Amino acid sequence: MKLKLQVWRQKNKNAKGSLKLYNVEADEHMSFLEMLDVLNEQLISDKSDPIAFDHDCREGICGSCSLVIDGRPHGPQQGTTTCQLHMRHYKDGDTITIEPYRAKAFPIVKDLVTQRTAYDKIIQAGGYVSVNTGQAVDGNAIPIEGGIAAKAFDAATCIGCGACAAACPNGSAMLFTSAKIAHLSLLPQGQIEHKSRVRKMVAQMDKEGFGMCSNVGACEVDCPKEISTDNIARLNREYLSASLGAED
Amino acid sequence: MLNSNVPPGELSTKWTEYRSKMNLVAPGNKRRLEVIVVGTGLAGASAAATLGELGYNVKCFCFHDSPRRAHSIAAQGGINAAKNYQNDGDSIYRLFYDTIKGGDYRSRESNVHRLAEVSTEIIDQCVAQGVPFAREYGGLLANRSFGGVQVSRTFYARGQTGQQLLLGAYQSLSRQIANGNVKMYNRHEMLDLVKVDGKARGIITRNLLTGEIDRHAAHCVVMATGGYGNVYYLSTNAMGSNVSAGWRAVRRGALMANPCYVQIHPTCIPVSGEYQSKLTLMSESLRNDGRVWVPKSIEDAKAIQEGKKTGLDIAEEDRDYYLERRYPAFGNLVPRDVASRAAKVACDEGKGVSKTGLAVYLDFAAAIQRYGKSEALTQGIDNPSASAILKLGEDVVRKKYGNLFQMYEKITGENPYKMPMKIFPAVHYTMGGIWVDYNLETNVPGLFALGEANFSDHGANRLGASALMQGLADGYFVIPYTIGQFLSKEIRTPNISPDSAEFEQAEQDVRDRLAKLKAINGNQSVESFHRKLGKIIWEYCGMSRSEAGLNKAIGLVRDLRKEFYSDVYIPGELDEYNPELEKATRVADFLEMGEIMIVDALNRNESCGGHFREEYTSEEGEAKRNDADYTYVAAWEWDDDGNHKMHREDLEFKNVELKTRSYK
Ligand SMILES: Cc1cc2nc3c(=O)[nH]c(=O)nc-3n(C[C@H](O)[C@H](O)[C@H](O)COP(=O)(O)OP(=O)(O)OC[C@H]3O[C@@H](n4cnc5c(N)ncnc54)[C@H](O)[C@@H]3O)c2cc1C
Ligand code: SF4
Ligand code: FES
Repeated sequence: MKLKLQVWRQKNKNAKGSLKLYNVEADEHMSFLEMLDVLNEQLISDKSDPIAFDHDCREGICGSCSLVIDGRPHGPQQGTTTCQLHMRHYKDGDTITIEPYRAKAFPIVKDLVTQRTAYDKIIQAGGYVSVNTGQAVDGNAIPIEGGIAAKAFDAATCIGCGACAAACPNGSAMLFTSAKIAHLSLLPQGQIEHKSRVRKMVAQMDKEGFGMCSNVGACEVDCPKEISTDNIARLNREYLSASLGAED
Repeated sequence: MLNSNVPPGELSTKWTEYRSKMNLVAPGNKRRLEVIVVGTGLAGASAAATLGELGYNVKCFCFHDSPRRAHSIAAQGGINAAKNYQNDGDSIYRLFYDTIKGGDYRSRESNVHRLAEVSTEIIDQCVAQGVPFAREYGGLLANRSFGGVQVSRTFYARGQTGQQLLLGAYQSLSRQIANGNVKMYNRHEMLDLVKVDGKARGIITRNLLTGEIDRHAAHCVVMATGGYGNVYYLSTNAMGSNVSAGWRAVRRGALMANPCYVQIHPTCIPVSGEYQSKLTLMSESLRNDGRVWVPKSIEDAKAIQEGKKTGLDIAEEDRDYYLERRYPAFGNLVPRDVASRAAKVACDEGKGVSKTGLAVYLDFAAAIQRYGKSEALTQGIDNPSASAILKLGEDVVRKKYGNLFQMYEKITGENPYKMPMKIFPAVHYTMGGIWVDYNLETNVPGLFALGEANFSDHGANRLGASALMQGLADGYFVIPYTIGQFLSKEIRTPNISPDSAEFEQAEQDVRDRLAKLKAINGNQSVESFHRKLGKIIWEYCGMSRSEAGLNKAIGLVRDLRKEFYSDVYIPGELDEYNPELEKATRVADFLEMGEIMIVDALNRNESCGGHFREEYTSEEGEAKRNDADYTYVAAWEWDDDGNHKMHREDLEFKNVELKTRSYK
């Protein structure tokens, strides 16, 4: 199939970027990123600058890939990362627009690559259980009811891709942050620190320049792991009780 | 002859005794000692976090934009531990024995036993961190089976075990970053190792965002930089996985051990076209319930290849469940090397089931029926209809493997609940790696290697769910102790200065190397060289190898390397974000690594584990080892003129008897 691509090109952080038009010939079995590989091979053989984009596992788990395709982070398919999107969902003659994430806390590095270290900082602020190596009790000494374990798991599947903040008109990191809060506070291991955790992670979120959550819900729609906004409600409840309660 | 520094004593108490008598570093001294950890996969993140907790001053590096994106994140199926929670006869000894046998008697007994010992602590540690392992109805930890064993000892977190374990380690690492014990350098690639007075004292890195070349000094260096499977271009590894850190260490005197031991995983999604950039694994756990087959007759296979029939058209009696037939004791759960070769044999006979003829079926129909019926019984449904059974059965399968099935469907566009999956072997894991002794220290003092980057525990073939175990064992429970054996002698060494002549020289070497690559300014892309290299190594040093083929391959690789250095083209500049330049340095190293793999495969005149030499087979076509001549580790020193020198470590088996590995 023959496609037209409108791709955001920006030399570096400080340069001004713009959309450039490219023609590419794709095969329906290709993945979206393989289609970009083909275009890049073409650009390299013309000795022009290939399009930079982040990617690594190419199977939907590392959270590296991060394109905004026709206005949507990770493209049109529900519950699918960019790298899992395949060209069979497009047809001959289509025009596709490809842009980087746009959120204040994710500066552009080059073309479609952004810097998402702000998410690491949120985890560093408290997204863990404080247990040193060697301090653990026997694994089966902490039984966890299946339903609770499953709920914690659902939240823990977040891949830290940043699509939630990119999808949000406010550039909020609430879905990401709430997924970690929910994962840990649902489990007995994470209970002890749950109050200080939510306070610290929310404060860090603000510090990194992410916006406020106004319950738009765009994050959930574009999240490739279908993380639920129920987690945001949980975060809000926890935050409220942590701010009302005394020090823990 | 290499000295493995295995401490004396009984196998089962050796580690405990050694650990209790080890030299310690006092807390005050730890704060003054600097450690560099390269890599934030399971091995690197667990090591950096634990060393930070102990109070060492740690600097940690990864080329990814976040430590959480290391390739370990992609591991699916599970992690082994000798917990014996299932009361099915598991024990430390049995895990040890299975691993030695699975590795085809080519690993070091003492290391493997230690691995089995600490396996149980790993599970405890991960649970404490909040890793959401699968649970039984009563809330206790669940297990499943992996290939090559007859007990259920694999802990798992749906099909995302690696992700959950890595996030546990990443979160522990994040805590140490927050409290200042670890300084994290994302998007920094190690491009050289620096030795001062023979000891590893630092690294040279390139800041991938800016292109800046930096020197980093420390009292010792720990490398946990993953495996080299991407030599083959197509593999299940992530696109960025590479051998450069290890290879640069080899060029500074470390040794590359058993490079020909590569694991070809039997269940991957087959190649679909020339543009293919990587291959996707379908977890081995699927072989718990999936049955592998091809048509009995070539005519049926032909019809399928031509698209005239599908698997569903082949009657039960016309199917050859070849693993169940050839290996009745282990059936579909034979080890990976055995399953992969059997698939190759079936396809070589012309019985492949895809357009290319390079695929076999992995079929869940029987499992769906079995689960459906048992679920109907549990739910008290009398005389369930066929469609009810199908639905109940599919639900059970969805719960166990849902995300894998979804992944399969996304890639192939076919529904595996209805049509049998098509699978084919693909390069997956590298047992070979940097040579290390019992302390995980290389022959370069002060240089340690952990995880898939070292060669230590899996011999010639790794059992499923044992890489995650090894990575975390090395990082959480081995290096935090053994590093003290080196650092306790360094407490009087002041901070290492990055201004010495050695650092200056190493930095200059890196700059020269990058400038040289850029200056070639030829006509072919880096990617095109990588593809060509991959094809050569897959063809001649892949699933089966022969003397003639390997001899030919050496010439091909050398020619390709020459061509690379005269005709590669790298766009962009050195001092900016430049992914093509990153690829170029990695492919340059793969072009040398490929040669050493071939040299090793030529040297080893036997078939063992993942190394299958066509000249050395039994009458039934099974691998034939040569214990008298090859019960050793081959550790290679690189030579630019091609006279690579082998160092030997003889393997001694005092606790298990060397047997022909049989899964029949
Ligand atoms: C698809 C797949 C599924 C798997 N499933 C399982 C499973 O179910 N069970 C199991 O036991 N094993 C499994 N494995 C194997 C297992 O995942 C790996 O062997 C293991 O995770 C390797 O961990 P590691 O820490 O050694 O290296 P990696 O996770 O590869 O980490 C390497 C790290 O080093 C860094 N790095 C590398 N080079 C440099 C450099 N030059 N400079 C700076 N940083 C560098 C990277 O940024 C990264 O942080 C699977 C493997 C694959 C490919
Ligand atoms: S919550 Fe979803 S969109 Fe946000 S980082 Fe996690 S996986 Fe990505
Ligand atoms: S490249 Fe890893 S999630 Fe897309």
